[in-house]
Amino acid sequence: MQPSHVKYRLGKSYGFQILTYILAFACVVPLIAILFFIIKAGVTKINWHFLVNIPKPVGETGGGIANALVGSILIILVASVIAIPIGIMAGVYLSENRKSRLAYWCRLSTDILQGVPSIVIGIVAYFWLVKPFGKFSALSGSAALAIMMLPIVIRSTEETLKLLPDSLKEAALALGMPFHRVIFKVIIPVGVSGILSGVMLSIARITGETAPLLFTAFGNPYLSTKLTQPMQSLPLLIFNYATSPYNEWHDLAWGASLILLVWVLFLNIFTKIVTRKWKVQL
Amino acid sequence: MVTRSDLPLRVINSTPEAILKAKKRARRSFRQIRTENVFKRTLSIMGLVIIILVLGILLTLVVQSLPSIKALGLKYLWSKVWDPVQDIYGAWPFLLGTLLSSFLALIISIPFSIAVAIFLGEYHPKGWLPNFLKNTVELIAAVPSVIYGFWGLAVLVPIVRSFESSIGVEPVGVGIFSSSLILAVMIIPYAASLGRSMIHLVPSHLKEAAYGLGATRWEVIRSVVLPYTKSGLFAGILLSLGRALGETMAVTMVIGNTSLIPKSIFAPGNTMASVIANEFTEADKPVYLSALIELGLVLFLVTVVINLIGKKIIDRFTNE
Repeated sequence: MQPSHVKYRLGKSYGFQILTYILAFACVVPLIAILFFIIKAGVTKINWHFLVNIPKPVGETGGGIANALVGSILIILVASVIAIPIGIMAGVYLSENRKSRLAYWCRLSTDILQGVPSIVIGIVAYFWLVKPFGKFSALSGSAALAIMMLPIVIRSTEETLKLLPDSLKEAALALGMPFHRVIFKVIIPVGVSGILSGVMLSIARITGETAPLLFTAFGNPYLSTKLTQPMQSLPLLIFNYATSPYNEWHDLAWGASLILLVWVLFLNIFTKIVTRKWKVQL
Repeated sequence: MVTRSDLPLRVINSTPEAILKAKKRARRSFRQIRTENVFKRTLSIMGLVIIILVLGILLTLVVQSLPSIKALGLKYLWSKVWDPVQDIYGAWPFLLGTLLSSFLALIISIPFSIAVAIFLGEYHPKGWLPNFLKNTVELIAAVPSVIYGFWGLAVLVPIVRSFESSIGVEPVGVGIFSSSLILAVMIIPYAASLGRSMIHLVPSHLKEAAYGLGATRWEVIRSVVLPYTKSGLFAGILLSLGRALGETMAVTMVIGNTSLIPKSIFAPGNTMASVIANEFTEADKPVYLSALIELGLVLFLVTVVINLIGKKIIDRFTNE
């Protein structure tokens, strides 16, 4: 038989445990709600016609989002081409030079870059690449997104390479391998899973970014593949059409949201599975 | 750095072929060393590029906001009227909107993120259900903000509107309250995942000592785990705040976009980020544009400071 104050303390403990459970699992609700709602609203809009046509003018039903799909893919490709080499090299630099002063400032800059609000990146890209040339361009949007990719790629590269045993590198160096071959043939291949997961996460992040594109890629109602011209992208299309008063445009935005959401979640989940699998093998 | 003259040219025997061979070998190893040096220098340059990038961002913002700093001075930040048509610029409505929506979001999200952290760090570190929760919470951070905004506009705003009419305030739907709710969802993962890893770091002998003294589970959490991790939890909350301050799209879509000072938390308003997103391409006067960029500069500096403090705390905590 427990005395009453012990019962009270145990009851309080259980009470808080249950409260923690409830609050913790309440966090799942919004994500499920968003997923459910977007799938319900978007799935009926998606068909072949939706994927290969450009939006119709207001008042006409039908139309698709081909311009945004093509635009998103192009902008992301160019951003990746800019950011991935720079990011991996800077990450290698940071993991190779842990103590130097340049590395300290570089690490600090990466931390700062990670926290910069995306809209600020948009402003800066506008002054670097839009204003001097006098027009909005897909290229400036890619540059803005590349800046957003950099810290994620750098961090994941550095963290992955830091975990590798030094003996690997020392063995290769002792065999007389030049430093750059050690990096390209030993260090990067061994750490490829971590680097790749960072790259995929950074692509997932920039696919959904809208704010840096508002003043750079700007959007375009027609299909365009010229990097020096304004270009549409999925998040821009969702933003513009979701805030418009027309139902036909809302339908397009729901379909586009579903495609964007599925792509981003796919990248994230895929990365998780891949890293877990490769970590086991390591 | 190695130069050509430093290379030892070792001649073992002096037949002309052997000398030629040795020279060839020396040249090859010289070439390798040069590539190595070039490669090392390229790596350092890449490190330098990142620093220059950040300095360039800061410099661009400062230079572009100079006209407004000169024309409007410091009082720009707390002038209460924003009317670009009549050339009156005051940032107070946006500062207030940003602070209100971010802190409200923080207050709403803290219980949930701490609960997730305690659940995953203390009650159930392993198993499929905690794993599911952990992955789901991480996916919350992955959903693009424009989708949060669209969902908020279509689903949350009507709910808030009926809630507002039931408590007797003007039922607008869009406004600071709606954007705080969306922000609260968006920032849960940051504090939660950091808190979880901090709670994992609590030494088990401390907890066992408390259990040994007869403490209940809740008492262990309250008087051992939470005090031990409080700086880490604080850092997580700071990082969440940094995210909330800079968040643009979701807020822009549900906050209502007026430049008036919000009268209550249910009133429509504007944040610094959302006013930039809305008016940047329309700004036709140099001072107007520059005033918007000054908002961006303030946003940049505030988020940089918040993030650096957060990172410092985490570093100190994990090194202890």
